[in-house]
Amino acid sequence: MYTQALDVQGSDVASLDEGALEQRFLARVDAEEKIEPKDWMPARYRNTLIRQISQHAHSEIVGMLPEGNWISRAPTLQRKAILIAKVQDEGGHGAYLYSAAETLGVSRDQLVDQLLSGKAKYSSIFNYPTPTWADVGAIGWLVDGAAIMNQIPLCRCSYGPYARAMVRVCREESFHQRQGYDLMMHLAQGTPEQKRMAQEALNRWWWPAVMMFGPSDANSTHSGESQRWKIKRFSNDELRQKFVDFTVPQAKFLDLAIPDPLLRWDEAKKQHVFGPIDWTEFDQVLKGNGPCNAERLAARRKAHAAGAWVRDAASAYAEKQRQRTATLAA
Amino acid sequence: MSTPIDDSRQWPLYEVFVRARGGLDHKHVGSLHAADARMAIDHARDLYTRRLEGISIWVVPSKDITASDPAETDSLFEPARDKIYRHPTFYEIPDEVKTL
Amino acid sequence: MSATLDRVDAQALFRYALRLGDLSLVLGQRLGEWVGHAPALEEDLGLANIALDLIGQARLLLTYAGEVEGRGRGEDEIAFLREHGEYLNAILVEQPNGDFGQTIVRQVLIDAFQLELYERMATSTDERLAAIAAKSVKEIRYHLRYSSGWLVRLGDGTEDSHARVQSALETLWPYTVELFAEDELDRTMADHGVAPRLSDVQVAWVRRIDEILAEATLKRPRDRPHSWHGKRGQHSEHLGYILAEMQHLQRTYPGARW
Repeated sequence: MYTQALDVQGSDVASLDEGALEQRFLARVDAEEKIEPKDWMPARYRNTLIRQISQHAHSEIVGMLPEGNWISRAPTLQRKAILIAKVQDEGGHGAYLYSAAETLGVSRDQLVDQLLSGKAKYSSIFNYPTPTWADVGAIGWLVDGAAIMNQIPLCRCSYGPYARAMVRVCREESFHQRQGYDLMMHLAQGTPEQKRMAQEALNRWWWPAVMMFGPSDANSTHSGESQRWKIKRFSNDELRQKFVDFTVPQAKFLDLAIPDPLLRWDEAKKQHVFGPIDWTEFDQVLKGNGPCNAERLAARRKAHAAGAWVRDAASAYAEKQRQRTATLAA
Repeated sequence: MSTPIDDSRQWPLYEVFVRARGGLDHKHVGSLHAADARMAIDHARDLYTRRLEGISIWVVPSKDITASDPAETDSLFEPARDKIYRHPTFYEIPDEVKTL
Repeated sequence: MSATLDRVDAQALFRYALRLGDLSLVLGQRLGEWVGHAPALEEDLGLANIALDLIGQARLLLTYAGEVEGRGRGEDEIAFLREHGEYLNAILVEQPNGDFGQTIVRQVLIDAFQLELYERMATSTDERLAAIAAKSVKEIRYHLRYSSGWLVRLGDGTEDSHARVQSALETLWPYTVELFAEDELDRTMADHGVAPRLSDVQVAWVRRIDEILAEATLKRPRDRPHSWHGKRGQHSEHLGYILAEMQHLQRTYPGARW
């Protein structure tokens, strides 16, 4: 297993040099073999994965907040139940992902510390507010929709624990997107006030969702290596294009307008052409100056700090039980 | 501002194995943190069997699992390849004996 | 429809179903507030799981209440559009979450109550309540395992955790009196075999709670007289805030479908 063997890593493989090991590693990746926790891997591969998986995990955790704050205000019991289940799933995804990251030799507490101290990044999308009920629907439809685009290819990524976690996540994520779209549909087909609520939410979330796929390929720093190692299987622009092409007809069905005056179907390219993305906003939000960055992190820090006595008590009790069992055995 | 990590108070890592249905083996599904084994079972139920995915859960502290070393893969597993008499295809069964 | 309607007054059965349903509804609402703020990710999931079960119970009970009432009200109309005085939950569940310890104390007190109540109600003369009870018992057993497990860890954990939960127990104990205060409605339900005698439930509850408190090294607080009547629609100040949040969208957009 992971945690135990990491100190053994170097000993038996010292006979082969780094270059040969890397060649063997790349050959395995090319052959679509899965890399497992105790297999030799380049340090950069390990570190890239830790960064990517933990960012993904942090995003799920922080993502519980913008939707979680609507649980108490959900307009029907069924919607309340669906929302609780969804947020519970997101927490679960965070747990699967932290668990996958831990197989690479980092501890959950270290990762949480990085998040709370502001060192670690998480998806910028969760730094936007959810001022109305329609925002909950927009998140399910657009944000989860974009996430699915990113995540399905990851089910085939080269690192075993991450791929397996993603299979679990993808199974649950499609339920989330359907629920979000269903929510939007009820609003779009409801009263004029409800339809307006839905349109305004779409206006707020469209561009942040489009930006979720990251910078344009030309400006993306890590892409080449990640694709070589099959951690990333499609480029940012490819996934973004696919997302737009899928989503435009969905918006049309709802009779809601996508807030992009330059959006049009290109018959020759057989895809949608869309307007320029405002990357300055993206950069600001990524740097921590988004509308809710401070609030989200503050909420997580508060929860963590307020829960310290609870975690300590549980550890203390477990220790007492160990001693009692030892005494009985003696 | 971050809460300092006190390693002695960390909840240990447990590996989780779930038997999805009667007749199947327990399968490794991932890991989780818990302060004690009973909590680990509760957490495993909440995390890995939310959608009725299991009828039996095993949890084991990760540190108690011993694993084979991939670097020794050749010596641990290769020998079976020369020992061809373990595989049914080695034996030529006459056509008349169809049910074997 | 219940087979006992010709024996039990529909209005009485309606009110009794509301008592049960509102208890689950308000407690589910309170637990929902924890999501994303619990001491550990795993507890976010654990509390959310209980909240989800409670909302599920509320849906079944309030739907049944609407049917019994016979005025065409569904689960949402009943859950979201009643006046303050028409909610019939016991006061205990509207108390604030406080810290995790206080939430766990409240949860243990209610889980033990629901378990003893629903175990006996699984043989109710009212078929529907019997079915709801039988289904709920399985969930509630898990809720009690979770909450009592935590109460023991906190009670027998550190000095600080022990002090906190002992204090929470002192604060919440007075509200348990109402759970077992038998009134006309409780007597009617027991007389017709719809619900168990509250006195029987209480004896079993005390036994269970004493066991759990002992293991948690906590002292059972002294019983003090208490005159809360949430079961009769007279609530603490907390319910107003809970309903304001919960009912907001339905009240702002009357008649809308969601």
